[in-house]
Parts: sequence; structure tokens; C-alpha cells
Amino acid sequence: MMKHESIETNAGLLIILTLAAISIGGLVEIVPLFHIEGTVEDIKTADGKDAVRPYTPLEQLGRDIYIREGCYNCHSQMIRPFRDEALRYGHYSLAAESQYDHPFQWGSKRTGPDLARVGGKYSNSWHVQHLNRPRSVVPESIMPNYPWLLKNDLYYDDVQGKMKALKKVGVPYSLTKEEYAANVEKFGEEVASLLDINRAETNMVEQAKQGNFDGNPARLTEMDALVAYLQVLGTMVDFSRHDEAEFIKFR
Amino acid sequence: MAHKKVIDPITGAETTGHVWDDNLQEFNNPLPRWWLWAFYGTVVFAIAYWVMYPSWPTGLVERGFFPGTKTITYKADSGEEITTHWNMRALLAKEMQTDKLELKRKEMVQTVAASSFDEIAKDPEKSQFVLAYGKGIFGDYCAACHQAGAQGVIGHYPNLIDDAWLWGGDASDIETTIRKGRKGNMPAHGSSLSAAEIDQVASYVLSLSGEKVNAGAAKAGKQVFNTKGCSGCHTPAATGMKALGSANLTDKIWTQANVPAAKDTAAKLAAVKTVIHDGIQREMPAWESRLSDDEIKVLVAYIKLLAQ
Repeated sequence: MMKHESIETNAGLLIILTLAAISIGGLVEIVPLFHIEGTVEDIKTADGKDAVRPYTPLEQLGRDIYIREGCYNCHSQMIRPFRDEALRYGHYSLAAESQYDHPFQWGSKRTGPDLARVGGKYSNSWHVQHLNRPRSVVPESIMPNYPWLLKNDLYYDDVQGKMKALKKVGVPYSLTKEEYAANVEKFGEEVASLLDINRAETNMVEQAKQGNFDGNPARLTEMDALVAYLQVLGTMVDFSRHDEAEFIKFR
Repeated sequence: MAHKKVIDPITGAETTGHVWDDNLQEFNNPLPRWWLWAFYGTVVFAIAYWVMYPSWPTGLVERGFFPGTKTITYKADSGEEITTHWNMRALLAKEMQTDKLELKRKEMVQTVAASSFDEIAKDPEKSQFVLAYGKGIFGDYCAACHQAGAQGVIGHYPNLIDDAWLWGGDASDIETTIRKGRKGNMPAHGSSLSAAEIDQVASYVLSLSGEKVNAGAAKAGKQVFNTKGCSGCHTPAATGMKALGSANLTDKIWTQANVPAAKDTAAKLAAVKTVIHDGIQREMPAWESRLSDDEIKVLVAYIKLLAQ
């Protein structure tokens, strides 16, 4: 019988077997990526367009603030397919719902609650009050205050650059007429115009004005962007339109 | 490679045969039996797991992975029975359809949803379920604004356990409020009323709840109240209107101006004046699309039980 010693004392054999052992770990991580189209659900709206869209410029800037403030340190965005999570947070998160997230915010630790479906759960004014001073609405909360969100004007000079960068990694924002036409085909006219990089600043100011997320229509603050982002989380898929079996097929 | 067994003369145990620093040697003891068998056990477990569960990222089927031999059968929403390879999504679907506790939960929710509030209040099993289960729904969806005890926050979110209901306190009213949400709106009067008039109306409003104020100002305020638009929503008797969500100003209950916390009459007056000057913009979100019909029924019963 070959003893372990015979491997340890033969450098060539040791190298070959070490490589074999390590490559198993590598293959397990890499091979599934080649089958990713089979795991992202294809979800359509009633008029046959893609239900999940990339973030609007305002939401994207809000997402950047979410990351800047380290919200992900305490909040996950991943509802797992467990009974208790279904009862508390709603339908489990779909792969499709974070397909345009770079990087995704799934997280693995919850100090605060999961935020994957927080959109529409509370009013804008609640979010403003809560982000400003969490304990004024939830006395037992240990979340820090974020008072500067209301004080800081939103910096958006680089919004087009950010969208271009995301476009490079595969988010379908449009620059050219052809790309815009493709987006109209994929998402419909209304959404496509929101994804047009050339119109980013106008769209952003318009959405902030319409939504009035921070309760002050005269100013465009970081609060506007962050609340706009929070309010869209988990709201893009209308689960009442789908049979559970459709989603199970993708696993 | 293979070498002769070297035995340590003192202990009689086998050594590796290496000698360092003149006489330093290393025992070559075998692995403990229990450890070795546990190790073989994990190997056997891993093989069984590989075969039963989807664990090979590549394989023979079109989906790109080997799905394993274990299957789960669940019912699709369409009623069709579907058998699929083992996966968490299917397991969740199956558990939601067959788990004993889950079925019991569904059954109780349905029973409660089908009962009238009086039936629930009289039946200890039902009311206990509503208090326990409703607390979870309330805690997750409502307590963020209305607070865990449903006492609300003066100036922002209404108290649900006092006797005052802006939009009506019947089960059907509460259900409509939860389903459709409400938009509370009082116009700002900062520009339509003069400072003196605001002062007078505030005095009048305080006098309605029995606060001691300047009687002259209150009297003048009543005049302003009835002629400058206040009575349009709050009614001439100042008792409010359910259809508009306008507050009853005579019941000593304050939802917007924090009169109870004010130290003296001047502070009370200031609190009420702020509301008249700035108006009110409040919103309760609609829950229809987020909570099931049955859950909304349980929630209504829970709120009614709390308010009792």
C-alpha cells in the first residue's frame, strides 16, 4: 500500500496532487458561472417587458450613498427561501432582482432587518425621520443617526460617468440611438428614457422633484437619493402574476 | 522510501527514524482509531450527499449541473403536482403546503378572518391567536410608525389605542385604512390668516378641550373658525369629519400639536399655532398589495382588541 510518506518525499508527485486538490475547489466556484443564464429568472410584466430594470440615476446615486454609509454592514438584501423569512419579509429574493447590482448587497449578517423588500413598506416621511434619528420612531433601535443626509446637497456631477462605468460591466444604460432602441424593446419607452445616460441629470432632478422624497421640494439632498433607492427595493416584480413553479424551475 | 521499523528503546514505541541534534527523535504513533473512523465516516457521508443532492456543478443534464437523486413533490399554484430535484425553493413550497404548524397557522388565520369581531372577542382561542399572531404582523409592518404599543407619536403618527379615530374606528373603516392607506392633509394657514387670527383660532381650539385661555381671544377665534374655512372640514361643532379624516377638536385628544407635553398655556398655544400655520401632510401607506386579505382581517381584529 502506498503510504502518505511516499507523496511527501516525492516533490513532483506532491506538486501534481496539490494542484489537483486545489483545482477541485476552483472548478466548483468557476464552472457554475458558465451556466448563469439558467439561474437568472426571466420575469416579464403584463405587457411582455422585463420587470426588473436597472436603477434610475437618482436611485443609483442613493445606492452609492447606501454603500458609502456602510448600510450593508448591518442590513442584508437577501430573503432566503425559509418559512420564517417568507412570513416576515415576503417572497424570497430572486436572482433576477439583483442582476443589475454591482456589487450586489446580499450580505450575510443582519444586525438590522433585511431590506430586500423595504420599498413601499414605509412612507417617505417615515424614512426621512428614521434615517435622521432612528430612535424617534423606533425607541429600541440601535441604528446610528444620519443627520447629514438632510444637510448635504446631492453631488451628481459624476452621475453620467457612474452610469457609463456600470454600462461597461453589463448594465444596459444607453448612450447611442441603437442602445436606446434596444432598451425600448426590452423595458418599454418609459423605462428606457430613464436609462438614457444623455438624459441622466434631467431625469434625476425630475424624479427627485416628482417624488419629493425628503419633504423639501426646493432642495436636492442626499436624503432624496437614498430614500428613492430604498423605496424601489424589491418592488419591481409583481408576484401575484406568477406561479411559484416558474421560480422553482430556475433551481 | 520504505525503511526499517525503528523502536525507541525506552518507551518501546515506533519512531520515524529521524534523529536531530544528536538524540532528538519523533514518535510515529498511529492515528487514534475513533478519529480515523470518523474521518472515513465523513468520506462516506460526502459521497452519499454528492449522489443525493445537487452538488456537482457540471453534469449530464441540460441545466448544467447534476441534480442528484433526491426529489421533492409540491403543488404548483395551478394545482398541478410537480416533482423536481431537491432544492430549497421547492422545499419551501412543499413545507408551506404540508407542514403541520403551517397548516394550523393557515387554518387559524382563515377561521379568524371569517369571524366577526364580536365572535373573536368572545372566543378565547380566537382572541388569543389574534393577539399573538397579530402582534407579529403589527410589529413588522405597523410598529415602525405607530410604535410597538400602538400609542403612536404625537405630531407624526396617530395613537391607535385611544378612543379617537380620524378615519373611523369600525372594523370596516380600519380595514379600508389598512388596505388603501390614507392621506391626511390640512392646508397651511400661514398666509391665509393673520398672526392675530391664528392666535385667536388657537385659543379657541384650546378652549374646546377645556384649556384655560384668554376668553376674549377664544371668542374671536370662534368667529374666525366659522368664517375662514376651518369649520369646512372640522365642522361648525369642531367634532371633525370621518370622510375627510379631520380631527375632532373637542375630545382633548391631540394627535398633531403636542399639547400634553407643553408646560404652560403659552407653550400649548404655540404648539397649536404651529399646526395651524404649517398645516399637516401625513400619509399612511396602502398595504393591500403586501398583506393577504386574511392577514388584514387578523390585523384589524388585533387593533380592535388593543383599542378595547
